[in-house]
Amino acid sequence: MNEEIRFTLNGERRTITVEGDRPLLWVIRQDLGLTGTKYGCGEGLCGTCTVLVNGEAVRSCHTPVRDVRNKEVVTIEGLAAGDRLHPVQQAFIEHDALQCGYCTPGMIMEATAFLRRNPAPDRADIVEAMDGNLCRCGAHDRIIKAIETAAANMKGGD
Amino acid sequence: MTIEHEIHPIPLTVSRREFLKLSATGLFVFFTAGDLSLFTGEAEGAVLPSDFNAFLRIAEDGRVACYTGKIEMGQGVVTSLAQMLADELDMAFASVDMVMGDTDLCPYDRGTFGSLTTRVFGPALRRAGAEARAVLLKLAAAHLDVPLEKLAADQGEIYHKDHPGNRVSYGELTRGKRIEHYVQGNVETKGPAGFRLMNRPKLRADALEKVTGKAKYAGDIQLPGMLCARILRPPAHGSRLLSVDTSEAEKIEGVHVVRDGEMIAVLHEKWDIADKALRTVKATFERPEAKVDTESIFDHLVNIAPPGSSIAEGGSIEAGEKRAGSLVDSTYFDGYVAHAPMEPHTATVRLEGDRATVWPSSQTPFPAKDETARVLGIPPAKVHVISPYLGGGFGGKSRNLQVGEAARLAKLTGKPVQVAWSRADEFFHDSFRPAAVVKVRSGVDGEGRITAWDYHVYFAGDRGAEQFYDIANHRTVSHGGIRGVSPDVHPFAVGPWRAPANNTNTFARESQIDMMAAKAGIDPLAFRLMNLGDQRMKRVLEAAAELFGWQSKPAPSGLGRGIACGIDAGTWVATMAEVGVDKKTGAVTVKRVVCAQDMGLCVNPAGAVLQMEGCITMGLGYALSEEVRFAGGEIFDRNFDTYDIPRFSWLPKIETIIIDNVEAAPQGGGEPAIITMGGALANAIFDACGARVFRLPMTRERVRKAIEASG
Repeated sequence: MNEEIRFTLNGERRTITVEGDRPLLWVIRQDLGLTGTKYGCGEGLCGTCTVLVNGEAVRSCHTPVRDVRNKEVVTIEGLAAGDRLHPVQQAFIEHDALQCGYCTPGMIMEATAFLRRNPAPDRADIVEAMDGNLCRCGAHDRIIKAIETAAANMKGGD
Repeated sequence: MTIEHEIHPIPLTVSRREFLKLSATGLFVFFTAGDLSLFTGEAEGAVLPSDFNAFLRIAEDGRVACYTGKIEMGQGVVTSLAQMLADELDMAFASVDMVMGDTDLCPYDRGTFGSLTTRVFGPALRRAGAEARAVLLKLAAAHLDVPLEKLAADQGEIYHKDHPGNRVSYGELTRGKRIEHYVQGNVETKGPAGFRLMNRPKLRADALEKVTGKAKYAGDIQLPGMLCARILRPPAHGSRLLSVDTSEAEKIEGVHVVRDGEMIAVLHEKWDIADKALRTVKATFERPEAKVDTESIFDHLVNIAPPGSSIAEGGSIEAGEKRAGSLVDSTYFDGYVAHAPMEPHTATVRLEGDRATVWPSSQTPFPAKDETARVLGIPPAKVHVISPYLGGGFGGKSRNLQVGEAARLAKLTGKPVQVAWSRADEFFHDSFRPAAVVKVRSGVDGEGRITAWDYHVYFAGDRGAEQFYDIANHRTVSHGGIRGVSPDVHPFAVGPWRAPANNTNTFARESQIDMMAAKAGIDPLAFRLMNLGDQRMKRVLEAAAELFGWQSKPAPSGLGRGIACGIDAGTWVATMAEVGVDKKTGAVTVKRVVCAQDMGLCVNPAGAVLQMEGCITMGLGYALSEEVRFAGGEIFDRNFDTYDIPRFSWLPKIETIIIDNVEAAPQGGGEPAIITMGGALANAIFDACGARVFRLPMTRERVRKAIEASG
């Protein structure tokens, strides 16, 4: 059954008419054309599809699109303010915190939500928060360092 | 339905090739089929196109395009190849545009595997760059009316050494002209003293695209009218379809059902709707009887193995065993391992008239072109493969099965088709690292000298099988490799997996070396050094030991540290690991890993360290947890809930050393360090608790059982 769903996507108000039980991931990727959010496992096990919904990290492959009605969704494409990268994105570049890059959008969204909850984390906090996000290339150590740098640069702001 | 659609620009089209061929100006550097010696091993078996195979083009705007059939899958050649070319050309790094894996624009290439990009393609590219620079210098001499020896090049400009104001840019030199240069092999590439970019750390050139979500992967190609296909998979390899009922799927609006022989595909504009429709398809299959499973596979492999071929031998095993004070007779086992790249196999195919355009996730774009042509029944020249970024490969994205599927469905439906495998498909159709057995019988004398080495490897493959210690009496025999084995050997596909064969061989060899050291009551490092004549190996071992702070004690010392060393892709590597073992549960915690490698000239030290860290982290998986469980052709591990790959919480402290060896030719960097992880951790576990684990992965249960057996 198609239904009308209004929500905010990367700061823009959107109205779509879709079946409400479709996964947010595919609506974002195929109906709305934002392909930065990736499919990895389809069962919420790997975190490559992570987006922000009202500031919280959510597995979009597992979230029915009707669940974001009247909420704010941010994807990797909406994180930078124009040309100014988000501090987490900037830190990923500075630390070479990626290889193939496929898990990277999910990692960055997860880290962004985490730093909002915990602006001054130690390494153990970061490891715990990121443990559900998988990376096959083995960029883990750099990702932790990037999140530490981002936290220091944000100093609780941003 | 309201759709606000963004159409993504398609980067390159067929006509661009014609444009480049016919009308473009600039300096082109070509090679011809006669230059094949430049590509030994790279282009073998293929006829190179003679019309268009430029390595590089310097355009009027002063930018240089680098054409390579290699692809970027995370290993970082998008950065290191640009470093090499810019350095030879005396241009800025930022003025290089990498054009990778485009079959219309790039020279033929068999594929990106075997750590060959830096050591084989790299030198040829550097030669092309050096010759282009020589051509530009000649043009500048005429343009500026200055003798050649008075000229120098820097940052894309050539100037008079005595009057630096007298200068001309590369762009100006090529403006309005079309200059074709064929590689002659008569210009020297730079030596280390001339490097400005090579051997200096450079951050990844693709990072900005990848942190903003702009980087395109095969699944991100969204074409107007495109259908996403989900294909019915059998429950087990070797199954035969008996009946199928697609009536429920057909009721879903917008769904197309295709049946072509045994292929049943459900297509829709949206992947998730096609997927949902596929789940309504009812099918029955006839399944073959399962003859082997996760546990019985090893006996099966040894029983079915061919007599084997000798890889290396010398002296007399019998004489060596007589001299030995003690003999160690061991059998090592290694299970099937999945590649599990985060991006599952994907391909998008568009047909226009008799031409096809393909965007695959593939390590082998040229073979993908041939596969598409074969499936469609058209000449390969009519197929254009464009390579987006690859979301991980590790040796697993070379077969192009999904390309054939997409091509077939595009032809049957008359629409552009994208085949994007689900994670369950990915685990089902992966070409796993083969299960393997290694039997070693070796002897050591009273002074700790290895006197005999009789090594038999079954189905892992040859790479890394040959030992490098000073052993007068030795024999290494390989019984069946990865490719070309009888279909009765494995119940599903197998193939190369990051440093193929070498993970299994290094685990077995280095475990065996440690067992002999323990028999002789000698510290594992001291034992290796006294049995080694190979100076490069000694050097990496000593470098790792110094940083690690290795204390000389025979194992088991209770310290929980282990060593493994080996050679892969021309690179010498030594790893030392420190672990903690919970003796009750068998749980292993890896605390610290120190890795030293000698890779000759290191083009990008930042990228090389990243690869070493990646190898060490990924290597934790095959060493401790990763194993594909199965019965016959049925795969039980189909997602990350049961197939456990390394996570943040597993991470040890990682320290790396790259030996300074700039005068030596550059070697592989994406694979070597991973080979040592199984052996280093097995030896560290033994050192921690005195229990020897002979089977990978060393799961908690296996370690616990080994502790009980040793107790």
